[in-house]
Amino acid sequence: MADITLKKIYVKVWRQNSAKEKGRFETYEVENISQGSSFLEMLDILNDKLIREGKDPIAFDHDCREGICGMCSLYINGRAHGPDRDITTCQLHMRKFNEGETITIEPWRAGAFPVIKDLIVDRTAFEKIQQAGGFVSVNTGGIPDGNAIPIGYDDAEEAMDAASCIGCGACVATCKNSSAMLFVAAKVSQLAKLPQGKVEAKRRARNMVTKMDELGFGGCTNTGACELECPKGISISHIARLNREYLVAKLAE
Amino acid sequence: MSKGSFLSASIGRKFLMSITGLFLVTFIIVHLTLNLFLIFDDSGDLFNLAAHFMATNPLIKIMEPVLAIGFGVHILWSIIITVQNMRARPVGYNKTSQSVNSTWASRNMFILGGLIFVFLGIHLYAFWWKMKFAGDPLLTHTTVMQGGVPVEMENAYNLVATMFKQSLFYSITHILGGVLLGLHITHGFWSAFQTIGLNNHLWRKRLFVLANIIGWIFAIGFSIIPLYFMIKF
Repeated sequence: MADITLKKIYVKVWRQNSAKEKGRFETYEVENISQGSSFLEMLDILNDKLIREGKDPIAFDHDCREGICGMCSLYINGRAHGPDRDITTCQLHMRKFNEGETITIEPWRAGAFPVIKDLIVDRTAFEKIQQAGGFVSVNTGGIPDGNAIPIGYDDAEEAMDAASCIGCGACVATCKNSSAMLFVAAKVSQLAKLPQGKVEAKRRARNMVTKMDELGFGGCTNTGACELECPKGISISHIARLNREYLVAKLAE
Repeated sequence: MSKGSFLSASIGRKFLMSITGLFLVTFIIVHLTLNLFLIFDDSGDLFNLAAHFMATNPLIKIMEPVLAIGFGVHILWSIIITVQNMRARPVGYNKTSQSVNSTWASRNMFILGGLIFVFLGIHLYAFWWKMKFAGDPLLTHTTVMQGGVPVEMENAYNLVATMFKQSLFYSITHILGGVLLGLHITHGFWSAFQTIGLNNHLWRKRLFVLANIIGWIFAIGFSIIPLYFMIKF
């Protein structure tokens, strides 16, 4: 079955030459887009057109285009990663849009994620939070034999669920407070549930939260929006764990 | 434990919001229970006894300033947190569709809280201020039998009942106050447990349901009192 072709759509994009310059919205017409094409392919086609016209193509982040690298972003029609659940922008298809529609595309908006160019934002802040404690530095020896360290099924599952975070920043982008709590919670949880990570649990929670505050992310007000917009569906139950870990760490001081 | 850094940290601030919030919920449960005496005894004796007990009990006297501090901290910190959170996004979005991923109450806790604060001012002026300090012609004295002994006390029932019967303004503000409080609680109650860390994927659903039940009870419980006097008399 052939895909339907969208004869004409309008794309309203945020254009900003550099971090220092002021940005603005520009609307472009895009013709003959198959609904079977991905959202980023549509942007590729638009960029191809812009280049042929001698204009500056739209800068946007992308890499693996299979929903695993966490590079693509985009706030599409008022939602992080566009109008679909549990996907990244690269997994979004044009079948989610209609003929003649105006699609609004904005970069992630957060003080901690400054715009570099057009739709690309600087997400180094996440790296800095990770560097503050999102790792295991105790010597855990060589590769252990299978099942040598018993870990309960539920613990293993929860740790793996948290570890599925790709660090794309959709949680920050979608949060009304630009809070990074879901990201930090996932990075703390993936280690807190495992024996290797428990040794540094207190220091980790304390340092990562301190760094998060320092970088200017907002606080969590438990709206739960991040969980629904997270491409990996990471649960805000991890945020409860982070709060617990942090409070325990502070009490122990 | 270094208290300075804890209270200035994002989680520390919200911890304070949660603790004071839950404390205020316990106060409201007591408050609503006693106020419902208004509609279960038309002679007013039951309510007057309750009001008299609250005004004279030494434990309640100690709790009164604690309650004021609870309110103060909850309100002040909400302002600090809201300002901080607004600063985290200097450039806003042109288009957002937040209704698909979160409840209205969860996004507007500060607005709800602000409106409740306005209501609180009206409410305190209408009743607390008059009973405690200013006095009012409606606050006549009455004698109620307490354990077989006649005790003279202020007729608080008369003040409340007359106000709701005569003033449409007070009735409507009190109905609205109840509804706004109920909405605030539907998010605030479960959210407090989440912030303290007493939550997981299982308890989350239970707490959410419980928060909605408590919110509805508060909304209906408080608005039914002025409605009762408006309709019955």
